[in-house]
Amino acid sequence: MAASSNPATSAGLNAEALSSRLQQLAQQAAIQQWDLGASCSTDTSVQVDRGEAKQMKGAQRSAITVRVWNSDGLVGITSTSDLSDEGLVRALAGARDASAFGNADETPAFSPLATAPLASLEQPHHEPQPILTLLETLKQAERQLLDRHAAIGTVPYNGLAQRSSERLYLNSEGACRHQSLTTASLYLYARAEEAGRKPRSSGAVRLAYGTTNLDIEGCIDEAAQRTIAHLDYAPIETGHYTCVFSPEAFLDLIGAFSSLFNARAVLDGVSLSQRDSLGQTLAVPFLSIRDNGLHPGNVGASVFDGEGTPTAPLDLVDGGVLRHFLHSEATARAFGVPPTGHAGMGAKVSVGADWLEIGATPGSGGGQQGLNRLGHDGAVVVIDSLSALHAGVKASQGSFSLPFDGWLVQGGNSRSIEAATVAGDIRTVLQAIVGFEGDAKVTPDGLCPYVWVEGLSITGEA
Amino acid sequence: MVASAPDPFDLAWQPRLETLLAAGQGAGADLVEIFLERTDHLGVLAEQETITSVSPSFGMGAGIRVFRGDRDGFVSTNDLSDAGLLQALDQALGMLGLMRSSAPGSRFSGLAGLRDFAATKAEWLERCPSLAEATLKLLDGTARLAHHGRHLQARRGSYSRDWQAVLVAASDGTFARDIRLHQSLGLNVLAADGDHRAGLGRRYGTSGRPDDLRAWDADASAQDVCASVGTMLYADYVEAGQMPAVLANRFGGVIFHEACGHLLETTQVERGTTPFADKVGEPIAHEAVTAIDEGLTDGAFGSLSMDDEGMEPQRTVLIENGILKRFLSDRAGERRTGHGRTGSGRRQSHAFAAASRMRNTFIAAGPHTPDQLIASVDKGLYCKSMGGGSVGPTGQFNFAVEEGYLIENGQLSKPVKGATLIGEAKEVMPRISMCANDLELAAGFCGSVSGSVYVTVGQPHIKVDSITVGGR
Repeated sequence: MAASSNPATSAGLNAEALSSRLQQLAQQAAIQQWDLGASCSTDTSVQVDRGEAKQMKGAQRSAITVRVWNSDGLVGITSTSDLSDEGLVRALAGARDASAFGNADETPAFSPLATAPLASLEQPHHEPQPILTLLETLKQAERQLLDRHAAIGTVPYNGLAQRSSERLYLNSEGACRHQSLTTASLYLYARAEEAGRKPRSSGAVRLAYGTTNLDIEGCIDEAAQRTIAHLDYAPIETGHYTCVFSPEAFLDLIGAFSSLFNARAVLDGVSLSQRDSLGQTLAVPFLSIRDNGLHPGNVGASVFDGEGTPTAPLDLVDGGVLRHFLHSEATARAFGVPPTGHAGMGAKVSVGADWLEIGATPGSGGGQQGLNRLGHDGAVVVIDSLSALHAGVKASQGSFSLPFDGWLVQGGNSRSIEAATVAGDIRTVLQAIVGFEGDAKVTPDGLCPYVWVEGLSITGEA
Repeated sequence: MVASAPDPFDLAWQPRLETLLAAGQGAGADLVEIFLERTDHLGVLAEQETITSVSPSFGMGAGIRVFRGDRDGFVSTNDLSDAGLLQALDQALGMLGLMRSSAPGSRFSGLAGLRDFAATKAEWLERCPSLAEATLKLLDGTARLAHHGRHLQARRGSYSRDWQAVLVAASDGTFARDIRLHQSLGLNVLAADGDHRAGLGRRYGTSGRPDDLRAWDADASAQDVCASVGTMLYADYVEAGQMPAVLANRFGGVIFHEACGHLLETTQVERGTTPFADKVGEPIAHEAVTAIDEGLTDGAFGSLSMDDEGMEPQRTVLIENGILKRFLSDRAGERRTGHGRTGSGRRQSHAFAAASRMRNTFIAAGPHTPDQLIASVDKGLYCKSMGGGSVGPTGQFNFAVEEGYLIENGQLSKPVKGATLIGEAKEVMPRISMCANDLELAAGFCGSVSGSVYVTVGQPHIKVDSITVGGR
């Protein structure tokens, strides 16, 4: 039997051992500058099917990504899940070999903020529950959801999962970031069918820091309400409609076009924004979009990014004007600004949005007041959830054509739409926002109220 | 530091695996399966005239699955030490309420002789293009894009090489190993001229052919991409509505893959999410449609010497002249639905339990020419190139049309963009009324319950009598 002195074990990452060993190996390989991102996690999850266990899963994962700078200052990278001595040696050698092909025009450097203070987040650690306890919990949740309506026959997609994870960022100048976290998730996606009618489905998701504080009842309620609300459906006529996006749907749409705010995409020429777009009007004058990974509603928030830069709030759009881009170290250097904490780790470092807050710019009035779909004179289409964003969004072109689940609301009556797509251009959408309905809702992807948008093209089957 | 696991996966593993399998069966499991994996990946990205990313990675891991009745527990780990594997086995047993005893039962009679599909593949990795060769080829590709294209704002070439060695052992005696190799090359462009923007790409991919990158015709690929993006740059948005559509061959097959293929996997039967569960022997498509899934075509992306459960792949006729013949099934699907295994148990990696998944899936060639299909349409849509798509939990599907043209009076007319095809498999399959004689396959990726796997989609040109086209 091999001794388990691996720096990533079921007990977690041993930052000190990993750092010290890597320092030794780097010296032996004459590598002066390096950094490393590491993660390990232990997961358990269950799925059920009509009162029986469908699948129970467990996983122990560990991975590291090593970057090295060669004598010409070029960067190479290698990732591995093999944290044995042999694996680390091979990773360093692989990264050094890859550095010969490093991009001389844009060489990443250590983040100047890799040792800056980190935010302190309230992220309580929960002990994992036995998997058979998870199974019983999910069986009960499934039973309750099935009991909500006679038409709900199955919950074909469901899962209860818990995770304990750790992340590390280390570099040869002594930066040492570490974060450990526990999270849990529940999803319930029900299928309902009435005699002579098509099957309908919908669902809900909940996240928490542990399975014991998951809002299971809320998830069941929401999944049941959404599914039942789609039972009475009718086709919709093709045409242009005022649309009311649910918080989840609008966040999905903005997220799919987040290259608008992404300095990496700007530099690569694949964003609709350009270097000089900052300060220009992007949306109606009452719209604000803020990236705020530290929001308390962001369960599982990271306090540092892949380069060790602290996570921090960043105003992207304020008063309809594009204010800031999301940055890595390299893109920030190219723009002459500090990195913003949105980097991944790579030879070419990716940049991505974290958790978005969308709503009215303070003091702007927030557009049309008193919007209420049930009290509206004309017909409105409520877009509850969007599908197939990977296929239907052309981020670099601005266009989208997406299937959705939703309702046609007319004269105070709401009826589910049988099948339809919504199409448009994101720049037009941002300029056609009428206002907001209701309070902002915390979702897994961000915070947003219902958003009214005029004149979107809907294709139906009527 | 932990000792490295025996490498390569060979007979040296047999006693260790037999110990684990015996322990699992002795604890009361009906079946125990162990999947071991080593991987070696290389990704290279060229943008304009520069290599901007070289991303090597390698890894190892194991997935242990324990069945008891209809239930199963699955645990994956990166730790291939004896202690790590034993811990994973214990966890999987515990999921089923089982516990390893100190005196294992004797039901396990040992592994069969190793079926070695890797024997002839040991040199594959070394025979692949070197990093230097790959970078030169990609830079050649992006240079040719610049030569053939106009108004190109971004040019990208990407290369991916996935090498995987696997060893599968199960308490029913299964003992097999294999080496897989998948390589793909892609060219993508974004063109912009004033307010007009268009972006598209093409991918070329093969399995089991180490030398294939060298055979890639960069100039032909670049010309193809540039011609298409040049056409689509000034295309108008398509007008939405119901209309007949002719879908081109090759990647047009994504429509069958998404709309129908997924519904013929036993994972969907288990979930109760396929409308075809009780339709074997009944018509579910137009009589013009015969559809096949197989893992045998030499070099195709979805081909396998064995599936991820150690079974050799079959040629599975799914639909014959419109009649549903059978489902794709894996080990769990066979246990839970009664549909026999088809060599379709697949997974992205050791971190996923295998599930019934498609391999090379296509609609068979028909008697017509492509021109006859187009000529049969008064007003409709010609989908020359499809983007991605997906299928929902109640069978509704959608596909983005990457390159489309209107058909007017039986002839192709102007290019149109922004089209999405939507519908339900049950309704659309009977409307595929004509199949042409030009079957071709195209490489792709499929994401589903057991992760992202390499697949081939394919078809000849087909005509759908009526389908909803989403647009503006």
